[in-house]
Amino acid sequence: MSVPGSKVWRSFRRNRAAMGSMLLLVLMCALCFASLGWTVDAMRRPSLSEVRAAPSTTHLLGTDELGRDLLARTLYGGAISLSLGLLAAGLAVVIGTAYGAFAGYVGGRCDEIMMRIVDVLYALPYMLLVMLLTVSLGAWLERWHVVGTEWSRFIVLALAIGCVSWLTMARVIRGQVLSLREQPFIEAARAMGFPTGRILLRHILPNLIGPIVVFATLTVPQAILQESFLSFLGIGVQPPQATWGSLAADGVRLLNPIRFDWWLVVFPCTALALTLLALNFVGDGLRDAFDVRAART
Amino acid sequence: MFPLVLLVIYSGAVLLVMATPGEGLESGEKDLPPEVLEQKRIAYNYDQPWFQRYFWTWPKRLIWDQDLPAHQYEDWTVVEIMQSALPVSLQLGVLALGLAVVLGIAVGVLSAARRGQWLDQLSVGLCLVGVSLPTFVVGAVLLIVVALWLRVVPVGGWGRPSQTLLPTITLALPYAAYIARLTRSAMLDAFSEDYIRTARAKGLSEWRVLLDHALRNALLPVLSYLGPAAAAIFTGSFVVEKIFTIPGMGTHVVESINNRDQSLILATVMVYSVFLASFNLIVDVLYGVVDPRIRVGARTT
Repeated sequence: MSVPGSKVWRSFRRNRAAMGSMLLLVLMCALCFASLGWTVDAMRRPSLSEVRAAPSTTHLLGTDELGRDLLARTLYGGAISLSLGLLAAGLAVVIGTAYGAFAGYVGGRCDEIMMRIVDVLYALPYMLLVMLLTVSLGAWLERWHVVGTEWSRFIVLALAIGCVSWLTMARVIRGQVLSLREQPFIEAARAMGFPTGRILLRHILPNLIGPIVVFATLTVPQAILQESFLSFLGIGVQPPQATWGSLAADGVRLLNPIRFDWWLVVFPCTALALTLLALNFVGDGLRDAFDVRAART
Repeated sequence: MFPLVLLVIYSGAVLLVMATPGEGLESGEKDLPPEVLEQKRIAYNYDQPWFQRYFWTWPKRLIWDQDLPAHQYEDWTVVEIMQSALPVSLQLGVLALGLAVVLGIAVGVLSAARRGQWLDQLSVGLCLVGVSLPTFVVGAVLLIVVALWLRVVPVGGWGRPSQTLLPTITLALPYAAYIARLTRSAMLDAFSEDYIRTARAKGLSEWRVLLDHALRNALLPVLSYLGPAAAAIFTGSFVVEKIFTIPGMGTHVVESINNRDQSLILATVMVYSVFLASFNLIVDVLYGVVDPRIRVGARTT
């Protein structure tokens, strides 16, 4: 594998759906993060004369039940959703890779026990665990007054979701490491007397970049969806803060046949669904480009 | 193996619960007088050391005496709450899981059989949308369109068959979409195998080849997804219960976690763990039924 990047990139570029999604994602991220300077204030500014106003020229996407501009809230929510998804996925990737690589490399009885544990965790009602983790970790962060309540909730959610989403990652990485371990170059490294940590970091890890990237991309939408699930149940981000999920949940709560404020649901949902679709497309494209299923050096 | 796993899960849940500061007894607006608080602590066994409370008194009161009280509903015991709410949630979960499997496999097989045609493209597109939309949005839209505008089914509640229709569909859709994707790609993988060519060569009808030969092998990835799917569906029902005002476990779970109602949290976690662990056991057995090679392999080792 002399220049693996270029080959992957060439194969990825031929996939039109994935390329389009990539473009959309970059655009979405740029919009959400570049507008933070304006949205941070605008998303909290209530205006009681324009409560639940339909989309117009002054408020492009309308306003919510406190007269806050929905465009600002959607953009800000996007920034929060995306960073939460990235944080959670990053955490899941780190835990999953470390766990899977260790189990696969050490092998034998240790590997067996570690993978049994993963099997057991797979069967857990993990949403219950996320809720429990959120509340118990959140209580500690609030007690220590490390950060404000809003941000402590955000951090706790990312931690909790990341802590339960690493299982698939661990399984895939372990499978890869099992086959990598038998390759001549690893044997050579071992024969030269390198310590295990160094072999794992310098020789095994670079060869795992494919599955890591693919699963990171596919974990981000999962994390964003799980956060929206929690928001709907009232255990998500703390109110003045918003995510796409919590905005959609608030909109859904306000829906009724008499006052059908569709914009409160449609716009956050469209942003959410488009981003998740794009992430899934990019993930699939990357999987084909890296040829993860038959990953070979 | 099974009891050991449950013990580990219980210990983990206890650890998490104990890590949460506060006993959740002082959750009223007014501060309770110290005597009352002391009485409450005795009623909930908080006067005992934690080890005795979690590993002897509470399990005994929960399973044997069945009089373990729940914090937020003072005259209800945990067992009574479970008896009234759990069957509802389980019914909803089982219905949704069944629908997801049947619908997912059917759509997957159809779209694999017609690959590249408009039916396939439509179902692939719908499946992608299905896994990208939050459940509560799908549920709310269904509720408004079908129940409020068309007035075909009741808006909420539980008990009559017509009331189960919308919640089941809402809960099942994302998982049906995922199962359809799994089935489709597994079927396409199977199509390139030699035994499919043989089956066609010996003149079997196309449907026979699809259902008897290809599907049987394509079922394995679906089976291995059933465990995680069940875990997600049975906890996912909390959201659906809230939308359709179904008297299931959802509200109890959320409230118990928000109020730090330790006895109810622990009981819920354990009930769901036992349920899902047994479900996974059944799935493991089903593996052998679908794929005899696994059964033979297990016997020789």
